[in-house]
Amino acid sequence: MIKLIDWVIEHQKGVRITWYVFLAGIAVLSLVVDRSHAHTWAEQHIPFFWSIYGFVAASAAIGIARWYGHSGIQCREDYYDD
Amino acid sequence: MTTDIIHPSLILLIGALLLPFVRGPLRKPYLLLVPLLTFFAVLSISGQNVLFGTYQFMDWQLVFGRVDRLSTIFALIMALVGIIGTLYGMHVDRAGEHMAAWSYLAGALGVIYCADYLSLFLFWELMAFASVFLIWFRRTDKSLSAGYRYILVHAVGGVILLAGIMLRYQAVGDISFDLLDVNHPQLYTYLILMGFCLNAAVVPLHAWLPDAYSKASFNGAVFLCAVTTKTAVYTLLRAFPGMDILVLLGVIMALWGMIYTIMENDIRKLLAWSIVSQVGYMVAGVGIGTELAINGTAAHAVAHILYKSLLFMGTGSVLYMTGTTKLTGLGRLYKKMPATMIFTIIGCQSISAAPFFAAYVSKSMIITAGYETHLVWASWLLMFGATGTFIYNGLKLPYFLFFGENNCSGQTWQKAADPPWNMMLAMLIGSVLCIAVGSFPVLLYSLLPYPVEFNPYTMYQFLETSQLLGFAAVAFFLLKKYMTPEAKITLSMDWFYRMGGRIFMWIVRNPLQWFDTAWGEAYRVVGLRPLMTVSKFWSWFDWHGIDGVVDGFARLVRGLGGRLRVLQNGQIQVTIYYAASLVVVLVMAYVLFQFY
Repeated sequence: MIKLIDWVIEHQKGVRITWYVFLAGIAVLSLVVDRSHAHTWAEQHIPFFWSIYGFVAASAAIGIARWYGHSGIQCREDYYDD
Repeated sequence: MTTDIIHPSLILLIGALLLPFVRGPLRKPYLLLVPLLTFFAVLSISGQNVLFGTYQFMDWQLVFGRVDRLSTIFALIMALVGIIGTLYGMHVDRAGEHMAAWSYLAGALGVIYCADYLSLFLFWELMAFASVFLIWFRRTDKSLSAGYRYILVHAVGGVILLAGIMLRYQAVGDISFDLLDVNHPQLYTYLILMGFCLNAAVVPLHAWLPDAYSKASFNGAVFLCAVTTKTAVYTLLRAFPGMDILVLLGVIMALWGMIYTIMENDIRKLLAWSIVSQVGYMVAGVGIGTELAINGTAAHAVAHILYKSLLFMGTGSVLYMTGTTKLTGLGRLYKKMPATMIFTIIGCQSISAAPFFAAYVSKSMIITAGYETHLVWASWLLMFGATGTFIYNGLKLPYFLFFGENNCSGQTWQKAADPPWNMMLAMLIGSVLCIAVGSFPVLLYSLLPYPVEFNPYTMYQFLETSQLLGFAAVAFFLLKKYMTPEAKITLSMDWFYRMGGRIFMWIVRNPLQWFDTAWGEAYRVVGLRPLMTVSKFWSWFDWHGIDGVVDGFARLVRGLGGRLRVLQNGQIQVTIYYAASLVVVLVMAYVLFQFY
């Protein structure tokens, strides 16, 4: 297991390309899958809806947490020890 | 109604009481026996629909056992946690730790099985007072103070719940624990709801959870992460399904917990924050209140207990072996703890709702129930939370703990290794269950309160989740420098009572202390001297007035007594002489009186 992980770390570029190919595959599949049972208009009519949603939601979560933490919510570790 | 059922809580409580007397080679088998017996006791009554353990206490009918599908699924998972958690900490030789854990579980099973508010309150408090020891047993200064904060918050919650129970009894004359009228809530409805919500860590009553759970002992946290919040979810499911406000509160929890988890540096506090987020889905499910939502809530509670206990076991292993839990002091541990890494990643994928892992089959039920009841905003925000869950738990935790930059000190790196066999076995069982539930959802669905028609393995659902997680991963690897853990803590609602406590102490030590000193001086100068003068007068009056009268009377009595004492000198002849003389005097007086 350790050797396998070492190999993956050494071949990051190849792993990344494989991942992008996989993502492209599922994104294309999402266009041909039956969407008639999707719950909302956006899911039915916006192509790659959940791909976009996943990327935007993750970026927004990271951005909000970063902004919120650096606006004073994150403090030194001995804050309560004074 | 039946009387031949042994309450599973009783097995745990008796087992806990006898534990200190079971020593030596019998201790470890006994540690496994008691949770196994409890599990089989729960299993033996599952599938039934009965009441047991009913007692008349004064005017009230207490029901300690109500077996139906809802109580059964929660009791089964709690009993299972008893086995896994005890196995995980089996090498811990301190009986008190196991006794506290079993008493805590007994309280949870008591709450789950009871059917009246009085019994519920009894077991509710047992949970609070047993669980605090799981925090204190970490034996650090911080865990001691966190434990005190924990028990104070839960004591307040207990009082609020009790007030609700009493007001409800006054209003309806009934203590049965059942569905409340959520469409016409009264004051007591809100008080009971607050009591339950505090234990469910509903924002803004949630701050006790990350504060306390992150400071618990390595094995105590396995019980804590599973029991209190999910027991509270059970009580919400029993009493408040369909209460609208819970949808909003659940969504807030899911997002609030997510943001804090992304910021967190401590791996166990990260998991504690993620409990707030995940219980948010369950609270929202209770608020939606349809059969699908209730099924989804129960299913997610089970899945959550499985993966969260697995995650706390994985991070507990890191704590146990290395002595640290800060990501800024860890990293690259796959080289030293490969088995722990695999188990933890299974937990991470399970909480992320990745296909074939536990939460995939449960979280989607709640989100779908939201869509079906036209709460599209709630479902989309819960999907946002699900994406965040994958970011912080599916990627951030394993990446920075096992693969990222190596921040370990020489000592930490040297100590890092996979934990003892019993901890590994407990994690293996948790991992197998997480994959089994995610891959064969019928195992879980067959236990749910209502018949299930939901199928999570449609092509659309599979692609939806795969896109969501796959593209979220792209965002993570592009933006991960903004998530790099920092050696900081995050402030939350506990700031108010922690700083409020300091303000209170400052008021006591400064203005109140000053006032007390000034009052004492004023009393000495203004009050004490006149008081002494008055006292002296009364002393004089007492001495010369009261005592003079009393002493004078006493002297009179004493004088008369002395004379009598002379007369009564004890010689019978003298006494007869005086008596005879007196008789003679009286006779002579009488005769003289007759003549004259």
